[in-house]
Amino acid sequence: MVGVAKLVVMDPKGRLVSGGSSAKTGIMQKSIKESTKMLATLVRRAKSQPPITLTCNLLHISQLISTHPLHHNFSTTTRAPPPSAAAKMEAVGVLMMCPMNNYLEQELDKRFKLFRYWTQPKQREFLAQHAEAIRAVVGNATAGASAEVIDALPKLEIVSSFSVGLDKIDLIKCKEKGIRVTNTPDVLTEDVADLAIGLMLAVLRRICECDKYVRSGAWKFGDFKLTTKFSGKRVGIIGLGRIGLAIAKRAEAFDCPISYYSRSEKPNTNYKYYGNLIELASNCDILVVACALTPETTHIVNREVIDALGPKGVLINIGRGPHVDEPELVSALVEGRLGGAGLDVFEKEPEVPEQLFGLDNVVLLPHVGSGTIETRKAMADLVLGNLEAHFANKPLLTPVV
Amino acid sequence: MAAAADEIQPSETPPLLLVHRLPRFKLSFFPFLQTEYTVLDPLADPPDPSFPDLSKSARIMLCVGPTPVGSDELDRYPAVECVVGSSAGLNHIDLAACRRRGVRVTSAGDAFSDDVADYAVGLAIDVLRRVSAADRFVRAGSWPVQKEYLLGSKVSGKRVGIVGLGSIGSRVAKRFEAFGCTIAYNSRSIKSHVTYTYYANVVDLASNTDILIVCCALTNETYHVINKDVMTALGKTGIIVNVGRGALIDENELVEFLVRGEIGGAGLDVFEHEPNVPKELLTLDSVVLSPHKAVFTPESFAALEKVVLGNIQAFFSNKPLLTEI
Repeated sequence: MVGVAKLVVMDPKGRLVSGGSSAKTGIMQKSIKESTKMLATLVRRAKSQPPITLTCNLLHISQLISTHPLHHNFSTTTRAPPPSAAAKMEAVGVLMMCPMNNYLEQELDKRFKLFRYWTQPKQREFLAQHAEAIRAVVGNATAGASAEVIDALPKLEIVSSFSVGLDKIDLIKCKEKGIRVTNTPDVLTEDVADLAIGLMLAVLRRICECDKYVRSGAWKFGDFKLTTKFSGKRVGIIGLGRIGLAIAKRAEAFDCPISYYSRSEKPNTNYKYYGNLIELASNCDILVVACALTPETTHIVNREVIDALGPKGVLINIGRGPHVDEPELVSALVEGRLGGAGLDVFEKEPEVPEQLFGLDNVVLLPHVGSGTIETRKAMADLVLGNLEAHFANKPLLTPVV
Repeated sequence: MAAAADEIQPSETPPLLLVHRLPRFKLSFFPFLQTEYTVLDPLADPPDPSFPDLSKSARIMLCVGPTPVGSDELDRYPAVECVVGSSAGLNHIDLAACRRRGVRVTSAGDAFSDDVADYAVGLAIDVLRRVSAADRFVRAGSWPVQKEYLLGSKVSGKRVGIVGLGSIGSRVAKRFEAFGCTIAYNSRSIKSHVTYTYYANVVDLASNTDILIVCCALTNETYHVINKDVMTALGKTGIIVNVGRGALIDENELVEFLVRGEIGGAGLDVFEHEPNVPKELLTLDSVVLSPHKAVFTPESFAALEKVVLGNIQAFFSNKPLLTEI
């Protein structure tokens, strides 16, 4: 067989090794005949050298090698060249629902045929026009794949969410239609937990208010307003999943007793379980929302729970805005029936109830739970990895459906 | 019985307690003192006529806040044998002068340590995750307009470097460990009971650190310990948190580094010339500023009262002092 063998020779540390007088970098293109000759040389050498691995991109050569009497120091692997995968994927239409990350957008643009939903003035017509081409949707916490969008895209095969929350995706419809769904778990767990603790400290110790006070130039001695100690406060967590557990681990280092409410008690934890959210709220100082948003958990923090938490209690929400009955929360804070709140999410982002702006016992953040350079890149890579795996018929990295 | 009242001996009047304070520090922190002791306060209003005489016999002085105690003060109150401090930091007390005169000194001990450690962590998270800046962004109504806020920097897993691994520093370390951070420190001497990496000098510590926490005592040796070299070693992505004393950092250099973006940010509870804060910092989003409030919780003050009262009681009963330094 005529062909050119591309031989990559590496030492045990993965460094390229030159295998012949003409090779400088260890990557050689040789005719079959020359390859065989070179192989013989390498095999001889291997007797006196540390193990050498030869990766060959032509199956034929690999088979040839395997029949050659090899020294035990010489091993081979076959790596098939990538199929012209790049060319194939560029034809795949991917619909991105809203701006979420520049790097992700650029990479999607490079690898696929990218449609940007938010740039379209007439979205229904736009979908109809490109329905045949769109095989994937990339969404996030703001916009995902609703029933309408799914119905409008008959060729849709996969929804890859730039989030761990799935509340913006009609999962039932996806299951019915055999549409795959992926999200970004684990990579953002630490960031969200870090922010939950940061919010607790910011609210209890009035850090944002202190900063505002100094910036206003108002600092003179005599301001002895006391704040509230964080260490040792009782922390109650709604939802003891990945994020809930990470929050618990951090709060424990501050000697905070941990308790939780969940659909069912978790084995293997020492934390106190409450089967009733009102009871949990009555027995903690800081209540954190860390569960998934579903129809069952919508408005799970309602007036009763807020009352149970009480005028010295603090609510931290790093879940989803709709977990909390927002008008009830606002009136409780304004009337002093709730001690304070740290909120990263709201019912109608980016709108935030203006009555909160004048309160010094709240901290308000624009949904930045996973908002670090490191984590957003990891999330983007997961979205890209899942899409590429799907279109290469490989197992998905983080499938949900 | 009326007779019993006549039999009260003068020596049973409550012991003399001299209070040494700056006008802005109120005695309301120590209301219990008035019931147990004869409190001598030079700033009493109206002035106490017995003060000039009695103060010469007072054996114990309560130093409230950072009121300086040096040779002059010790000369003024020659009978003082013990100074009871009310803060963790004692840089306002001339410890050498006290030692020379055999005057014992007590501090707040661990009373504030949890709160200060909590505050240090809170400031670090705020700087890296832009909590205060993002809160300003939302309150200004900018979220609907600008849609996305700037990305911050991850806290978990970062390298934490602690300058001073004492009561506060060790608590800071314990907290950051739960965030998966690696801990290293510089201290006057290696602490054999910890497994954290020790660096003999602060520049080396800073070179290997992302989050530098300053929580050591201010002494002649540690004045401006965080200088230009340290900040250069810390670099553009590093941040500093200071919950010690302002003078631990060369403040002019710090401002330069922050304004030029040559360090990533800073969380500061203390400044060289409180309450003055360098104007350039007031408009930077990379800093979080606090008016020396790391200890201001009711819990810390309750703990402080206990320590102060405990030390005074121990002194008068000739028992070992609780937090003698």
